[in-house]
Amino acid sequence: MAHEAQSEHAEQHYHDAMNVTNPEHASHHIVTPAQYALVFVSLLAGTALTVVAANIDLGVFNPIIALGIACTKAVIVILFFMHVKYQSHLIKATVAAGFFLFLVLITMTLSDYISRAWGLW
Amino acid sequence: MANPHADHDAAGQEHEHVFVPQHRHHFATEEQQREAGSFGMWLFLLTEIMFFGGLFFAYLLYRNWYYDAFVAASNQLSIPLGAANTAILITSGFFMALAVWAAEVRKKAMLVVFLILTILFGLAFLGIKAVEYHEKYEKHHIPGASFDVAEFINPAAYGLSEKPLAPDAAQKTQMFFFLYFAMTGMHALHMIIGIGLLFWLLARAQHGDFTAGYVAPIENFGLYWHFVDIVWLFLFPLLYLINRHPLAH
Repeated sequence: MAHEAQSEHAEQHYHDAMNVTNPEHASHHIVTPAQYALVFVSLLAGTALTVVAANIDLGVFNPIIALGIACTKAVIVILFFMHVKYQSHLIKATVAAGFFLFLVLITMTLSDYISRAWGLW
Repeated sequence: MANPHADHDAAGQEHEHVFVPQHRHHFATEEQQREAGSFGMWLFLLTEIMFFGGLFFAYLLYRNWYYDAFVAASNQLSIPLGAANTAILITSGFFMALAVWAAEVRKKAMLVVFLILTILFGLAFLGIKAVEYHEKYEKHHIPGASFDVAEFINPAAYGLSEKPLAPDAAQKTQMFFFLYFAMTGMHALHMIIGIGLLFWLLARAQHGDFTAGYVAPIENFGLYWHFVDIVWLFLFPLLYLINRHPLAH
């Protein structure tokens, strides 16, 4: 459907020096509604799964599984709803660097709090 | 290369100049402009991750310190309401993604409809959140002078199966509710700002501003809206789900 709309428009502007009809060239990817629907269904399934898992006593694994499902859902949203899968290396590296920095900050702050009373117990 | 005119630079000079209203002169190509816009939006979202990250870290730390109080307070929240809100927010995000698609393929009527659906599901989320907040208000579970620890000191009297807490430990449930209101409140504020922006985008979309090749505002707002979704995807399990089976220690 995306291609139809684009080629239709290309006929209207025959001289397309500024490349209006396809500004991102072949690399610019338009995610289709069918793909979005698949993502949507998988996110709803993930939500159902995390609620079911929360009602089962899994001991220390309850929070781990809940966070694992949340991370999976977040990655799906970032890759497809936020188009990172189809973006340039610059954007991909920026996003990855941001999350990596966040994990570094969490680790360093946590190691501070864990070690404050070291040897005093 | 679906587009035979995709070659630009030197070859582009030979063609008639086509004025692209959104193309600013300081960008070599419209493609570069678009990527710069996405890059800037992502940098802003990374600062937002750090901002919410501080709250998430506080939750992690205080949950370890006051584990029993956090379990008792967390189990006051309604999983059906939280799960419904998760589904509603995912649906809102789905319509936002479809709105980006509609702008890309230049379908104005569809873009307008999808933006309206995004707004409606966003408002539904805030409505359920308001119901939840009201319940906390009625039970005196908003931290502060009128906070009531009765349900945590004597849960059996309120038909709860939670472990009774000593009065000093019961006071620590205020810390859970403080973080609950700070995190969900900050998330809700982001949604209220987002819905305000959606009305502005809707008005411009009705003028056809985003269905003639210029989709950057829709696309970048989409990134913001999905980011707000992601924050909730973590708030829901952390606040509602992970304390249902407390560890005996």
